[in-house]
Amino acid sequence: MGIVHVTTRGGDQYHLATKDGITLMELIRDAGIDELLALCGGCCSCATCHVHVDSAFVGTLPPMSEDENDLLDSSDDRDATSRLSCQIPVSEAMDGMMVRIAEED
Amino acid sequence: MAQAYDAVIVGTGHGGAAAAIALRQQGFAGSICMIGRDSVPPYERPPLSKEYLARDKPFERILIRPESFWADKQVDLLLASEVTMIDAEARRLVLRSGRAMTYGELIWSAGGSPRRLTCAGSQLDGVHSVRDKADVDRIMAELDGGARRAIVIGGGYIGLEATAVLTKLGCEVVLLEALDRVLARVAGEELSRFFEAEHRAHGVDLRLGTKVDCLEGDGGMVTGVRLGTGDVLRCDIVIVGIGIEPAVGPLAEAGARISNGVEVDEYCRTSLPHIHAIGDCAAHASAFADGATIRLESVQNANDMALVAAKDICGKPEPYRATPWFWSSQYDLKLQTVGLSLGHDATVIRGQPEGRSFSIIYLRQGTVVALDCVNAMKDYVQGRKLVEAGAQGLPEVLADTATELKNVQPR
Repeated sequence: MGIVHVTTRGGDQYHLATKDGITLMELIRDAGIDELLALCGGCCSCATCHVHVDSAFVGTLPPMSEDENDLLDSSDDRDATSRLSCQIPVSEAMDGMMVRIAEED
Repeated sequence: MAQAYDAVIVGTGHGGAAAAIALRQQGFAGSICMIGRDSVPPYERPPLSKEYLARDKPFERILIRPESFWADKQVDLLLASEVTMIDAEARRLVLRSGRAMTYGELIWSAGGSPRRLTCAGSQLDGVHSVRDKADVDRIMAELDGGARRAIVIGGGYIGLEATAVLTKLGCEVVLLEALDRVLARVAGEELSRFFEAEHRAHGVDLRLGTKVDCLEGDGGMVTGVRLGTGDVLRCDIVIVGIGIEPAVGPLAEAGARISNGVEVDEYCRTSLPHIHAIGDCAAHASAFADGATIRLESVQNANDMALVAAKDICGKPEPYRATPWFWSSQYDLKLQTVGLSLGHDATVIRGQPEGRSFSIIYLRQGTVVALDCVNAMKDYVQGRKLVEAGAQGLPEVLADTATELKNVQPR
């Protein structure tokens, strides 16, 4: 089991145990962190589950699809660590990864 | 003695759930009760005709929040319950069970009921709507029981999405649409023709301009659909997707102003004191529809109206101005819509429909009012800015895929 460290917009920290078979969006949502809207439910149709991931882990995550890349462009808070959390399957290999919820657009 | 709540939310769909979350986020400290007809906690509805029906996602994964979330946020969930009467003056409501409750503020987010066929046979077993989890569970049970020949009545998004999933699951599907094109209520003709061709290419027997005379059955179970022509199509299962009726009965009886839904102002206030209404059932004047009073059946609308109502209740009124957006998935096609094409007077096709990646840009008096983007996410993201700016675009420029929409100079 790994632990993912999530920081909310307000600076609150959550330490979430990884779980197989779900996405990072679901891990965050299911922890009761309510500022992640994830309006489309994880089908890569909106950008309301935008997070910043640990730069040390960026290269270890599955590559971004063109759709994800285009959707992230809608956010003013986009940078090199931006991902849509619904597109990242959770795995034990994420142990120690820091994740910050992106600013609301 | 009626139980007293500071806020009662009627409806546990996207709007109701978002309203409860937003009230807490906005600092509402009073007691909250959320009342829903469903017997399960709030879940996402769009997957019902997509990933859930296809069994790509189990129910736990489409819960809007885990069940424990609501208790953690001190939101009481009253499930399998329906409000039957509201006394707006006394701020009191009564449930079908007879139980009564008083409220400080009421947020009505009851959505709608699927419109049913009115012809003979519409009550037969094997005839289904796609509105809540129980509907889809019944469909899935019949598919497990061997149903293979499906007839889908209604070529709106629900009907088309269900058709795509059933086809993928190996069913033979006939899709019946009464009008001369699918998606007639929500999209331009180019999009209709594109989706019609796609479904036919997947083997769907898609029939336009086709009236249903009645449903036929045997031993209480549907066995066929008799068309207006007299022809009978045999089937094992019928799925009806012909829209919803806004669920506003108790509000109407309480004296709320009703038209196509319950009328609300820009703060989602109904004409009754201390009652807001949001989501599918809320008729509102929309700047995206040239000021016309419309209802929007979408997650975006439910969610954004919930925030408007919650802020108003918390003394921070902000008018509803959110940009409408919507999505649909059928086969490997992803449709993204922004704005409202209602009342458009011209369209521009950008990209190649035959290449299965293109956008339809809708103009009203030269202004970009909406886009339907099929496998064209970049256009959706960049086109949104044109819609929000009320940009005037030259058709030949908008159609030129060599120029990204973000570089289109509004004139």
